[in-house]
This record gives sequence, C-alpha cells and structure tokens, in this order.
Amino acid sequence: MTGLDAFYGDFQALYGLDLHLDAGEVLAIIGANGAGKTTLLRSIAGLIRNRPEAIRFRGSPVGALRADQVAGLGIALVPEGRQLFPSLSVEENLIIGGRVGRKGPWSLDAVYRLFPILKERRNQASTSLSGGQQQMVAIGRALMANPDLILFDEISLGLAPIIIRDIYAALPGIVGDGMSAILVEQDISKALSVSSRVYCLQEGRVSLEGASDALLREAISRAYFGIA
Amino acid sequence: MSVTYDVTRSSQAARIAAGLGAVILLLLIAAPWWAGRAELRLIGEICLFLSLASLWNLMAGYAGLVSVGQQAYVGFGGYMLFALTIFGGLHPLAAIALAGVLGALVSVPVAALIFRLRGAYFAIGTWVMAEVFRLSFAQVSALGGGSGTSLPTDIVRSLAEGRAAREALAYWLALAASVLVVASVYLFLRSRRGLALTAIRDNELAAASLGIDIWRTKFVVYVVTSALTAMVGALIFLQKLRISPDAAFSVNDWTAFVIFIVVIGGIGTIEGPIIGTLLFFALRETLADLGTTYLLVLGSVAIVVMLKAPKGVWGLIRSRFDLELFPLGFRVRRTDQKGA
Amino acid sequence: MDWLNAIVQGTLLGGLYALFAAGLSLIFGVMRLVNIAHGDLIVLAAYLGLSTSIALGMHPLLVLVAVVPAMAGMGYVLQRGVLNRTLGDDILPPLLVTFGLSVIVQNALLEIYTADPRKMDAGGLETASVDLGGLTLGVLPVLTFAVAVGVIAGLQWVFYRTALGRAFRAVSDNQDIAQIMGLNKAHVFGLAMALSLAVVAVAGIFLGIRTSFDPSIGGGRLIFGFEAVIIGGLGNLWGTLAGGVILGVAQTVGAAIDPGWQLLAGHLVFLLILAIRPNGLFPRMDG
Repeated sequence: MTGLDAFYGDFQALYGLDLHLDAGEVLAIIGANGAGKTTLLRSIAGLIRNRPEAIRFRGSPVGALRADQVAGLGIALVPEGRQLFPSLSVEENLIIGGRVGRKGPWSLDAVYRLFPILKERRNQASTSLSGGQQQMVAIGRALMANPDLILFDEISLGLAPIIIRDIYAALPGIVGDGMSAILVEQDISKALSVSSRVYCLQEGRVSLEGASDALLREAISRAYFGIA
Repeated sequence: MSVTYDVTRSSQAARIAAGLGAVILLLLIAAPWWAGRAELRLIGEICLFLSLASLWNLMAGYAGLVSVGQQAYVGFGGYMLFALTIFGGLHPLAAIALAGVLGALVSVPVAALIFRLRGAYFAIGTWVMAEVFRLSFAQVSALGGGSGTSLPTDIVRSLAEGRAAREALAYWLALAASVLVVASVYLFLRSRRGLALTAIRDNELAAASLGIDIWRTKFVVYVVTSALTAMVGALIFLQKLRISPDAAFSVNDWTAFVIFIVVIGGIGTIEGPIIGTLLFFALRETLADLGTTYLLVLGSVAIVVMLKAPKGVWGLIRSRFDLELFPLGFRVRRTDQKGA
Repeated sequence: MDWLNAIVQGTLLGGLYALFAAGLSLIFGVMRLVNIAHGDLIVLAAYLGLSTSIALGMHPLLVLVAVVPAMAGMGYVLQRGVLNRTLGDDILPPLLVTFGLSVIVQNALLEIYTADPRKMDAGGLETASVDLGGLTLGVLPVLTFAVAVGVIAGLQWVFYRTALGRAFRAVSDNQDIAQIMGLNKAHVFGLAMALSLAVVAVAGIFLGIRTSFDPSIGGGRLIFGFEAVIIGGLGNLWGTLAGGVILGVAQTVGAAIDPGWQLLAGHLVFLLILAIRPNGLFPRMDG
C-alpha cells in the first residue's frame, strides 16, 4: 500500500499513508481515537474508494474496487461493533460470510469447532446473543470467506476482559495457516502480543513503525499521543 | 426590501433586478389595458401555477414534506368558493378568504393523521387524503355530485359589472396571490421558523439536538401551505366558473405539473419555481398540439433533471455564475421580478 | 345473507389487493424504496397481457408465461439503469423519479392504446361460479385469492429460506457490511425490483381479466396496494394479505350500503386504522 489518502466526506482522514504487509504476517495498527485506523480498514475493504494504485493486493491494484469485488479477492473485515445482520440467524450470518465461495479450510463445521457455543445457538436471532458471542459470529462470518487477509477492527471494544482474553487466545489458531491479518486495536498490549509488527497512526499519518517485540513503551506512548 | 442585508456588488445586482422587477410588476398590473383576453387569462394562469409551485416547493424543498396530494386543498378551496357563495350568500372575495381559513382548519386533523407516515409513505398518504376529499365532494348532491356545478350568474355578477371588469379583477387577484405567496415564502424562510426549517432540511438530527421541534415546525408549514393552497384553488375556480370533483382534485393538473415545474426549475430555492413555471408554460404553449407526447417529454425531462442536475435549471445557472450573485437579498429581487 | 355475501366477496377482492401490495411491500423492505409508478406498472402489465393474448390468440392466464419474465426483466433494467442512482439518504429523488415514471407510463399507454377501457377475454372463466348454499362464488375471484396466497407464500419462502432472501435481508439490514460479504447491492436491488415486477405482472393480468381497465387507473391501484401494506403492517407479507382483505371487505360492505360509498369506505377504514394503530395491525416483530 503506498501513498494512501482517504477522505471521509470532505474531511481528509488519512494523509499519504504508506504501509505494507507480507503474506502470513500479522500487523497491528494502534493509535488514539480519530487517528484514522477505521478509515484505513474501510479503505482496504473497499468501503471507501480510492485511486486504483493506492492499494495493491498481491501485486494488483485494488484501491478503486467496490467492496464486494475486494471481498472476492480474499479480503475480509470483522467490523467495529460487530455489525451482525439482525434479520439473520446466527447460522445465516455465517453462511452469508461464505457467499464469496473461496476454497479453504473454513466452513460452518470449522467455525463451530472453533466456537462450539455458536453451534448451540445456530438458529437464534443474532441479536439475542451476548456481546462476546456476537463477536465470535462476526469473526466466524469473516472466516467463512476463507480470506487471505483478514481485517479486525477493535474486536475487544465493549467486551468483558475475560471474553477478550478468550478471543485473543483463539486468534493464533485463526491466523496460523498462512492467513495475513491486520489488527486495529486500542488495547496496545493485546495488539502487541499477537502481532509481529506494529504501525502507530497519529492524525492520519504513520508516527511509528517497528517489530512488535522491539518497541519501547515510551516510544509508543509518544507516537500514540503525540507528546514528548 | 432586503438590499441592506449585504452591501457588495451582489446587492447592486439585486438592486438592478429589483428595479426590473418593479417595472415588470407595474406592467403586469397594467395588463388588463394592454393585453388581450387570451393573454390575460394565460398570465393569470401562470400566476396561479407559480403560487402552487412556490407552496409545494416550501413543503417539499424546505420542510421535506413531499406531498402528491396538494390537489386536496386546491379542490377544497374551489368547492368552498362555490359552497360559501351559493349557500352562504357570501361575496366571492369573502369566500376566498374564508376558504383559506377553512383550508387551515381542515388540514389540522389531516396532518395529525398523515404525519404518522414516514417519508415516501407520507406522499402516498397525502394522495389517499385527496381521494377522500374527491369522493366526499362527489357525494354532495347539492354541489352537483359527481358531475359538478357552475357558479350561478348572479354571484358572478356580484363580483363586478361587465365581463371585462370581472376578468380584470380575477386576473388581479391571481397576480396578487402569486406576489403574496412568493413574498410569504420568502419572509417565512427569513424568519426564525424558516431558519429552523432550513436547519431541519440540512440535518434533522442536529436540528433536533439544537432544540428545534421538528414535528411542530413541519406541522406549521403544512397548515400554512394548505391554507394558501386552498385560497389559490378558490381563485383557480373563480377563473373557471365551473367545478367538478375530477377537475378539482386532479392529480395531474394540480400536483404532477406543479412537481415538474419545481423539479425542473430547481427544488429548494425560491427562484426555482419561478423559472420552472415560465419554462413549463413556454413548453406548454409550443408543444400543446402534441397532446400526450407533451406529458411524456415533461416526465422524461423531470427524471433527467432529477438524476443529472438535482438542483434544476436554477441550480445550473447558480453554479455557472457563482459567488457574488446570490446572497438572500438578490434572491428576493429575482423573485419579485419574475413573480410579478 | 347480503352481508355475508359482501364479506365473502370482499375477502376475495382482498386477494387482488394483496397482489397489488406484495411487490410494493417487497421493495420497501429490501431498499426502502416506494415506487409511485407501481400502479401504472400494474396497468402496463395488463396491457402487455392484452396485446400478447390477442397477438398469439392465447388465453390471458397462459400469457403469464411471457408477461411475468418480461416485467421482471424490465424491473431489473429499470432498477440498475435508473432507480439505483436515486437511492440514498434523501427521499426526494426516488419519489420524484418514480413519479415521473408514472406519468410517462400512463401517457405512453394513452398514446398506444387510447383512453378507451379494455378488458381481457378469459372466456368461461369470467362467469363460472360455484353455488355454496345460497352463496355464489365466482371461480375467477377464488382463483385470484388462491394465487395471492400462493404468491405471498412464495415470497415468504424466498425471503426466509433461500440464498436470495438472505441477501435481501442482509442488504436491507446493513448495505455496507452486506457489500463486504461479497454482495453487490446494485445487483441485489435489481433482483428485488425484478421480483416485485414479476408479482406486478401477475397482479396486472388478474386485474385485466376481472375488470375493464384504462391507462388512468394506475394511481388508484397504487393507493389500494399502499393501504393494504399499511393496514397489515410494514414488512409483514401475511399482514399485507390481511390488509388487502380488510380493505376489500370495507369496500364491498360500503358498496352494499350505498354504491357511491365503495371507495370512500375503504379509505375511511384505512384512515381509522392509521389513527388507532399507526404501525398497522400486524407490525413485524424484530428479533
């Protein structure tokens, strides 16, 4: 991804952002509220259209594609706030995630093996689940597409710490088989614990970049808040 | 009346427009002395359509109340003119004024009902109301039932001595109505409530958070518009001298045309309905022989405008000659000029 | 017996109104679009049926085979070519564009077919009836009602049991996220309009066999369909059928009191329900 500018209405949210990701890598993006993290993910997913060359995926320009076309290429998003389809049951939410029809290890059975509770609740309305269970559905729904790159937007937001721990415990099993991931997170320590590299965004620009285990706390907080 | 608002080049342009407007208004007032019978009738009709268009524009373009049922009030006003003069023995001018009052009264329960419908369903709800009005008046046998009735000659005579004087009076009333409507729309939009309306149109949520009572504001607009539409309706049928349910509550005549006028001219602007009315009549006078084809053209033009230039002809003009030409002061001058 | 008769005939008439309403309800559910031209498209379908039936010498019911796909195709093209561009936060563009479309369809029909009332010739079907202990049931109204029930059951099945229905519901819930799941909403909307106009085709054919029609009656059909939708409750297809029946019964009972009261009675019952149950009698329970 090179020189990404993204706009949110008339408001420019990202300024010439350059970042890249290798196959199979887990990248963490951290930054304060309004730093442009969600805009970044929405741009990659195709919900915000851009110049074709602004985003390249496996060598081809995808910046100007529609979200459904991007999905077909193997990029899936677990959106902030889960955003399940309230009119669809748990299982229907998962099935619709598999609509793009890409081949791979993930299927209804595989998702149910990962989150057994969902199998019990498969015919319930997605709105009747707890927040943690809804997050499982949202993750399962993205996995059903068998993506090459999965984008997680604030998956710990609004969940109890114990649920967050469970979900993060499941993450390595999810992204283990060569799937790349970009993790947007406000919980810095969680983000660092599962990622190999980290970018810190501040007001739409990259303020810090490095290997997750090498970054110093104080460097992060400087890059995060923009204070010395 | 508002040039003091902004003293720049634009207000000079507005002053020129105002001067032109005043001249045109005087010319129009004098029309009975220089225009033939047919022209007088046509200009009168243009004035009445301009009034209907400005009122519909206030509702749809500013208050977001997209009605396809304003024929309810046109017909209601027309029937009130007939009923109040025939049975109430009122002078036609008093009947026209009272038609407005009654229009406002009847619009209150109507609004209470149809305001329960959101957005597009509101539109169809207004149409249902118009149908209820039409079917109800068709049941009144004293007013000719389904086939309608004519205004008795003694009532027509009470208006003025001689046909020419009557036609001149009907014309002046139509002219006065259009000036009154356009001026009220303008003044309303400049008032506190008008500002609230614009705020609602721009962002309903934000307006609500500023403490603007959206329901009440829209309700007031609906009632005022209905009252004025009823008065215009009374004037329309004072020109026609004959009324029937199908003519009085015609969705084509009193709503479809009016919507096309506003959309083509430029919805949500004061100038739009004026330009739209002039374009509409220019088209009608040249294409009238084509019959239904004319309506096909009109419908297609409206769709293309809505898709390609949603701000209409006035929007195109405005974007071309941008900036200094369009403070509110200028807009009202344009309004007066063409509205006259 | 008169009253019973009026109620039974009204119920059957309600089937036709439910057919008017189902397509309207469907597209509102999927994309919050209200198609003002809906009634005129019903009339267009009736004329298409008439012309096809005359040209091919076929029974009006058989021409459904041609008219349904033709209208569906038209719906898809209309949606993708025109209506998709009008969808957004502003309700004005879709309203005004479909309103313009309504005027175009109406006047195009007037141009082609003139204002003379026409009717489809369905032979013996129109007059056939069965006697049920003093109650005479026309075969055609019963068939219309049965078809309406079938169409609504079919739509219900599509909506809740098929991949297409899942796509409809997903797009209706959240367009962005549905797009991320690989659904092209422009296409999904096109399919919804195609399905809506397929139902419109059925409605138009049954309308044209039942009564005479002319290009000006579209507005009235839109209103009946709309009233059935609101009476039944938005988003509830079986409620729409119930709404159609209530409207039909109100009209026939009104007509039994005084022939001039037929339409007025229907509208008044609609307004009454709007006053006491603004969300309709059977609003959809979410969740």
